[in-house]
Amino acid sequence: MQSSNVINYDYTIAKYFAIATIVFGIIGMSVGVLIAFQMAFPELNNLAGEYGTFGRLRPLHTDAVAFGFTLSGIWATWYYVGQRVLKVSLAESPFLMFMAKLHFWLYIVGVAAVVVSLLMGITTSKEYAEFEWPIDIAIVLVWVIWGIGLFGLIGIRREKTLYISIWYYIAAFLGVAMLYLFNNMEVPTYFVAGMGKWYHSVSMYAGSNDAMVQWWYGHNAVAFVFTVPIIAMIYYFLPKESGQPVFSYKLSLLSFWGLMFVYLWAGGHHLLYSTVPDWVQTMGSLFSIILILPSWGSAINMLLTMKGEWGQIKENPLIKFYVLASTFYMLSTIEGPIQAIKSVNALAHFTDWIPGHVHDGTLGWVGFMIIGALFHMAPRMYKREIYSKKLIEIQFWIQTTGIVFYFTSMWIAGITQGMMWRATDQYGNLAYSFIDTVTVLHPYYTLRAVGGALYLLGVFMWAYNMYKTMTASKAIEFEPQNASPMAA
Amino acid sequence: MDMETIRELQAYGYAFFTVFLAVILYAYIYHLYKSEKNGRRDYEKYARMALDDEITDSPVEKIEPEYQEKDKEERLNELAK
Repeated sequence: MQSSNVINYDYTIAKYFAIATIVFGIIGMSVGVLIAFQMAFPELNNLAGEYGTFGRLRPLHTDAVAFGFTLSGIWATWYYVGQRVLKVSLAESPFLMFMAKLHFWLYIVGVAAVVVSLLMGITTSKEYAEFEWPIDIAIVLVWVIWGIGLFGLIGIRREKTLYISIWYYIAAFLGVAMLYLFNNMEVPTYFVAGMGKWYHSVSMYAGSNDAMVQWWYGHNAVAFVFTVPIIAMIYYFLPKESGQPVFSYKLSLLSFWGLMFVYLWAGGHHLLYSTVPDWVQTMGSLFSIILILPSWGSAINMLLTMKGEWGQIKENPLIKFYVLASTFYMLSTIEGPIQAIKSVNALAHFTDWIPGHVHDGTLGWVGFMIIGALFHMAPRMYKREIYSKKLIEIQFWIQTTGIVFYFTSMWIAGITQGMMWRATDQYGNLAYSFIDTVTVLHPYYTLRAVGGALYLLGVFMWAYNMYKTMTASKAIEFEPQNASPMAA
Repeated sequence: MDMETIRELQAYGYAFFTVFLAVILYAYIYHLYKSEKNGRRDYEKYARMALDDEITDSPVEKIEPEYQEKDKEERLNELAK
């Protein structure tokens, strides 16, 4: 290792992934807004033949925002935060730099294959695990390459202690590796039985077992893609931007181990009142409620980090993003356990309350954290101040309004829907037919789509602000210690 | 095994795990505070790691083989006294 006084952190790969985050964010959320409008106005399904239908586009939306926007955001921040808290530069190891570049480009190839195959209707039909086996193999390869980079950088670090964010990045790596491998065990039908095309497959599990493995995966994809690495981000970016040390490091450790242990058992709540064993359902329900403890542990730790410094929320729009992200994390981690209670689930399951809950977490927590993180990184990566503070402020309020529209409309729609489905007359006959619910829900679907459109507008503002920061903003001489510099 | 026995075993299992996991949780919290109180660990010194993250900032705990060896020698000497 060379002497540290001539070395600088190398943000090449962080910049690549930052751009990918913005591009995939725009694609994934644009598709999301389109399909939200399709729910309200079904004729929009006919815009582009088979390629524009809800059935084709819905997996594209979920996979593009989860595995495009979010994963790119996670990796952009990993290649930034990892170096800084381990006090080692990627430039110090040509091998790790090569692996990082390979990681990025192979990932882009994988994403392109996903987009094309989903648009063509090639899918395994397993939610959030729609990719056929050749793409699965490519994804595993990408993951292994990231793992080599992750542990490689840890291996050459100067700082002996692994900061809490690093623990969370490691957990994201290990968690997804385990989940992805087990849920995507599949049999290529062409090679085994001469059925279908060469890329077709069926799950290695059958019936209820398949459902259990799928939702063990499905819920923990939320854990290890939408939660764990996002906590890694907030533990770095909120203290760094505000200049405040973490309120309680002990609480961060307790919450970490709590989250790791509890999350893996909660997936059964997706299968309440189905054909899986009763004890699996009870366990899923129970562990979901216990999950409040470690989730709120992290969120409260972050809010308390701002103790005595709440004035910053007025002055610094990035702090607004982080604090609201933490608050939305608290909201969605109280809402989820409530929905997992069996009696509540009897009403909520299969209704629009569920996507409402998901979007509290993804738009409010995941989206705001990634947007805020990339804004913080921009002046350090491009050596320029952020182009416009005012634009960030406007973006923040437009997106917050969008989220409120989204979840309030879906709360009302979901509960209305649930109540109408179960309503009976005095003889026990169902009081409403399915079309009655559709008619009643139409205004809420429209409001949801408008909410999504507002959030997307904010994403475009973010993209513009980032682009101008990269290209036209005022250069800065010194790297800022804490609060990010931004032009009015 | 009849259904009633299965239910009974489940209930015992439920009670056992509730107590066992609660004990683990509180034992870990006790361990964190105890380690700090008897001076074995100072967890809160890691709380500034995001703030002091320049490559030129001193690591909280440095990795440097020579330094570690020296540190070990010093500790051995102290113990010998």
